[in-house]
Amino acid sequence: MTEETLKKLKILTESAKYDVSCSSSGTVRSNTQSGLGNTVGGIGICHSFADDGRCISLLKTMLTNSCMYDCAYCINRRSNDIPRATFSVRELVELTIEFYRRNYIEGLFLSSGVVRNPDYTMERLVRVVKDLRTIHRFNGYIHLKSIPGASRELVNEAGKYADRMSVNIEIPNESSLKLLAPEKDFKSVYQPMSYIQQQTLAAKEERKHFKHAPRFVPAGQSTQMIIGATPDHDRDILRLSSTLYARPTMRRVYYSGYIHVNTYDTRLPMLKQPPLVRENRLYQADWLLRFYQFKVDEIVNDAYPDLDLEIDPKLSWALRHPEVFPVDINKAPYELILRVPGIGVKSATLIVNSRRFARVTSYHLKKMGVVMKKAKFFITCGELSSPTVNELRPENVRRLLTPSSSRKKDDRQMQLPFSNE
Amino acid sequence: MSSIIFQYDRTFDGMLTAVFDAYARRSFPQMIQGLDEPLPLFYDEVHTVITDEEKSGRVWKALEKKLSKEALSCLTVSYLSELPELDLHLFKYICKNIDSPVSLERNFSDDDILFVTNTFRKVLYERLRMMQFIRFQKAADGTYFGIMEPQYNVLPLAIAHFKDRFADQPFVIYDKKRHYGYYYNQSEVTQVTFDESLPHFVTGKLDESLMADDEKLFQELWRTYFKAVCIQGRINPRKQRKDMPVRYWKYLTEKNK
Repeated sequence: MTEETLKKLKILTESAKYDVSCSSSGTVRSNTQSGLGNTVGGIGICHSFADDGRCISLLKTMLTNSCMYDCAYCINRRSNDIPRATFSVRELVELTIEFYRRNYIEGLFLSSGVVRNPDYTMERLVRVVKDLRTIHRFNGYIHLKSIPGASRELVNEAGKYADRMSVNIEIPNESSLKLLAPEKDFKSVYQPMSYIQQQTLAAKEERKHFKHAPRFVPAGQSTQMIIGATPDHDRDILRLSSTLYARPTMRRVYYSGYIHVNTYDTRLPMLKQPPLVRENRLYQADWLLRFYQFKVDEIVNDAYPDLDLEIDPKLSWALRHPEVFPVDINKAPYELILRVPGIGVKSATLIVNSRRFARVTSYHLKKMGVVMKKAKFFITCGELSSPTVNELRPENVRRLLTPSSSRKKDDRQMQLPFSNE
Repeated sequence: MSSIIFQYDRTFDGMLTAVFDAYARRSFPQMIQGLDEPLPLFYDEVHTVITDEEKSGRVWKALEKKLSKEALSCLTVSYLSELPELDLHLFKYICKNIDSPVSLERNFSDDDILFVTNTFRKVLYERLRMMQFIRFQKAADGTYFGIMEPQYNVLPLAIAHFKDRFADQPFVIYDKKRHYGYYYNQSEVTQVTFDESLPHFVTGKLDESLMADDEKLFQELWRTYFKAVCIQGRINPRKQRKDMPVRYWKYLTEKNK
């Protein structure tokens, strides 16, 4: 551990930071005898938040940022002139352990540029995690990138030690992927994904019969898509996400607003700013898919191929379907209450629990944390007197709930246009 | 209507004894407060609760018969918030459930139940914050030293997590706001208090002479990492402050030079 390590850490972190996955959730594991670390499951633990507001849960870094591929969207592409560095296995292991002991991190997120060939790179990644788990008895969280095109044997080996593995799709359709990353195709992405899935399911089956059979990638898989680098619609992105979530081991799909890192490449759009609002809307839609029992075609379809940037997708759905509302808070089933804009999973649960004891009124709703500003147009609960979406018409409700972009002009004020004549 | 005030020692057993006393006296307080707190201007009667483990035990047994395990832990955990306004809500939560033939723990349209449940959530969230934001510094003798000022008294709830996680390293976790901490010596945890005029209790930073050899380097590595992982095009200080409120920054390695 020297000044040299400091430099390497800086270079390799700056190369790894565009991968957005950060979670440390999905596995509950206690410490072992004379071991170090545990994982808590639940929502995981974020240990810090960087100046860009993103959480820092794992030590997110790369084994090396040298890469033989030339993907147009990637900062580490072969043709970029950036400083390159490589960690030794020992350095990486020591960094992880020492950071962990100081409660800086939950574990390691390791990825790598591809050097020589996928198998060679994957083998070195596996060596790091194997060392951590077996020699240093590290029981913290490990998220390992599976290198596209790596062999099945190596993926199987890696899965024994990692909590979560991921292969990034990056570009939601194959023809764009071919254009931007000529060395990659969908097969090289989906094949390791299905290897991991098959092994995880096999290990689960095994554990039904033998309590101490080893677990395989217990926290499942995740993947990432870049938003705004290709002309794909939100419809295509979300349809892909929803098919991915239908797979038994896929836990998270991350969306990464495209940041214009390789400004010279003309295959990519010129963006002054990453599409942060669109990214946020996609995450909201993703939540609707996973926790609000929405189907993907209800959120985006051929008539509405893109998400509304002004209002959130749940409100947008509600305004397109005024016939469903108003919902009676005291009678409607949980699934329907969940569809009301302004009511989330937490308040919906509180409502269905409380109404068995007494009528729930708008006073209670406010106390429970319902956003009445939105919800009042879509519910009835006895005494609530505000007009519903059907009486007001959806377009008026929309106007009431859209934040005005500029300050309201007072049109009673006389305007004096100064023109240079 | 007469106004009755109960005074108690602000322990959990004291609270349960107050419930017992109220039923024994057949009079229920309009206010419940600590022993040393000033009394309001107007009141009719003050009753001083003398904590009695037998009485509190009987109340607890009655609650155990009626409430689920979650609701029981909701009572004990929310108590750790030490909020003065919780007292009366907690008192009423217990009384309402004793009076009712069925458990009311899920009737969130009741103010008292909702308040206690929300406080319970807040305390658990503060426990998570402690697990997130405590930072250890390695001292020359190999002990890891961590100090914090959590909003609520969550150290007792978090210590099991740290003991399991860092089973093979001796550590001190200190709550400076409440002037106590825990020391773990690789086999068991003991409660400790220190002289808080020592410089590292004032600033939260170990002096270099007390640090282990590589401690300074690792702090520097962590700060480097913290800076490098940020994407300049997405700077968002509002979100950073929302998820990591400024009140925790004082003891964060990455936020201090």
